[in-house]
Amino acid sequence: MKTAADPSTLRRTRGNAATESQAHDVVLQVSGLAVDIRTHRGTVRAVNSVGFEARAGETLALLGESGCGKSMTAKALAGIMDPVCDLADGQIVLNGTDLAALTPKERLKFAGPELGIVFQDALTALNPVYTVGTQLGEAFRIHRGLNAKQAKAEAIELMKRVGIPEPESRVNSYPHQFSGGMRQRILIAMAVALNPRLLIADEPTTALDVTVQAQIMQLLRKLREEGQMAVILITHDLAVVAEEADSVAVMYAGNVVESGPVAEVFADPRHPYTKGLLESVPVHLERGDQLKSIPGSPPELHDIPSGCVYQSRCPMVQDICRAERPALRPAGRRRTQSGAATAEADLEQATSAGTNDGGATDRPVRTAACHFSEEITNA
Amino acid sequence: MLTYLRKRIISSALPLVVVVVGVFALARMTGNPAALYLPLNATQQMRDDFTARNGLDQPLLVQMADYFGGVLRLDFGQSLRTGQDAAAMALRAFPATLQLAATTMVLAVVLAVIVGCWAALKPNGIADRISSFISMAAASIPDFWLAIVGIWIFAITLGWVPTSGVSGASAWVLPIATLLLRPFGVLVQIVRGSMVSALSEPYIKLARSRGAGELRVVTHHALRNAAAPALTVAGDLTVGLVNGAVVVETIFGWPGIGKLMIDSILQRDFAVLQAAVLLTAVAIFALNILIDMGYALLDARVRPVTVKA
Repeated sequence: MKTAADPSTLRRTRGNAATESQAHDVVLQVSGLAVDIRTHRGTVRAVNSVGFEARAGETLALLGESGCGKSMTAKALAGIMDPVCDLADGQIVLNGTDLAALTPKERLKFAGPELGIVFQDALTALNPVYTVGTQLGEAFRIHRGLNAKQAKAEAIELMKRVGIPEPESRVNSYPHQFSGGMRQRILIAMAVALNPRLLIADEPTTALDVTVQAQIMQLLRKLREEGQMAVILITHDLAVVAEEADSVAVMYAGNVVESGPVAEVFADPRHPYTKGLLESVPVHLERGDQLKSIPGSPPELHDIPSGCVYQSRCPMVQDICRAERPALRPAGRRRTQSGAATAEADLEQATSAGTNDGGATDRPVRTAACHFSEEITNA
Repeated sequence: MLTYLRKRIISSALPLVVVVVGVFALARMTGNPAALYLPLNATQQMRDDFTARNGLDQPLLVQMADYFGGVLRLDFGQSLRTGQDAAAMALRAFPATLQLAATTMVLAVVLAVIVGCWAALKPNGIADRISSFISMAAASIPDFWLAIVGIWIFAITLGWVPTSGVSGASAWVLPIATLLLRPFGVLVQIVRGSMVSALSEPYIKLARSRGAGELRVVTHHALRNAAAPALTVAGDLTVGLVNGAVVVETIFGWPGIGKLMIDSILQRDFAVLQAAVLLTAVAIFALNILIDMGYALLDARVRPVTVKA
């Protein structure tokens, strides 16, 4: 196969994983997820009928700009929403259990063993008054009933696993005594402590400098492959999505506007917002060229228009867009001549090749929420 | 830790001297004790004799030097009123105040933590509104008024407790209830505020994402982070109580340091007043050192000796 010949792709490494049969199993299926926020100006919908699925051993990226609801979605999945937020609707089926239907107490059983989450800012995400060892060991004490000593031993093992030097002595240090990158490693260790089926990484590298970012992404990739976890990567970084993710769901103003395999979506966007995002990446620009951007800003949650959420910024807006909100429906696959290579290609290859289409049957379906998704061309 | 303690003790010496000098000078501005201790028809000769006998005819600076000389030899002078050693009188009165203060603060802190946490669990919820009303009222009611109303209802009308004195456990009820109210009210608001902010921290969300239940989140993760502001305020309130709950001790005839101070001011008993103030000041400095050590215990970030990183 073409892919196996290319050592730089992630697919090949995953193909080598021992648990091939488990790979690509759907671990998490989210459908119709809606989150309301109670504000003093009334209730607003921050996440609206969002749906996607995450597969074992794969990374699903939730891509969008600040305030698009991607973090809110993550918190809803993990059951750690702010008190002013309500899960208004939807199913969060994790390994056959609908988390949305559980009481907060029942849900605690899943928090840790089934699902782990990593936050953006590791300093505020770690409790400043306890040693990292105490915090790393907590999951073992809660879910496995270990005593303090056993939990500490597990904490040291975890620190080894995520590459923290001298874990035996560092286990007694406090969060403020670690560097930003090390703190992020600790946070990741905490999330994977009980080998969850699903790992949610909410902008795990945004607060880090670039050299450390790469190390952290590498660590996440390693842990994903070792544990055949499904990873949901929340980010606004297109390059990270291109490098790390298998599939992507693009969010805008609380809605998923387009989703599908990363290579396909990036090569052939079927929503004007995705297209705008991709065009704002300075790929072939020369010094002095104007950077492209999407004019305008996302709508306020208080007055989301009744039609398409993207209408105010869309260059191809029509009357129907203002009248009727397009549903997320299957899109793409215009060119059905299968070429398995495309799915494995990274962003650059895909952008240059541009015209191929993945045909693998187990791939997530491509969807887009645009009345004119067929007319968007990747010029 | 020892270096730290030594530093703190040395640095508190100067403020202590300032306190004693201040009290020394101010006390002497209240008038000559001769007018109080001698009969109305005493002759000028008798007055001069009394003044000279007690060294009050000397210039203020000489008196002060004399006093400090005594303090260095742990001689704090004698009471004009009883002729007893002033330091002994102050030390005898102090335990009564300390017992009252300690019992009150322990109760206030425990109750305030429970009510404050309960309120913080759901900001603006019913529990929060109720506790906010109660704590506001508790912090606002003047203690002398409450003491008098308390005596009227529970001691005089119902006869459940004595009106004053230290006879038996029931005598503790009214003084403690009176003293408790304000610290409780203030602390509830502090605990509630710092718990609300601690509970909204990302590390609390992360603890929940590890499967920590509500009880564990509140008592293990949030409370220790919320404790520092409460410790500061509790320390401040304790200072107020150690300083002699003057009003309450006077109303209930509680033989504590506050009552001793008021009595010695009224009687121009300078040596006793100075000894009482100095003792209280030392106690307050000790308390402040304890509070600082409390911070260090709670939070590694403020520990004076940094652990090897």
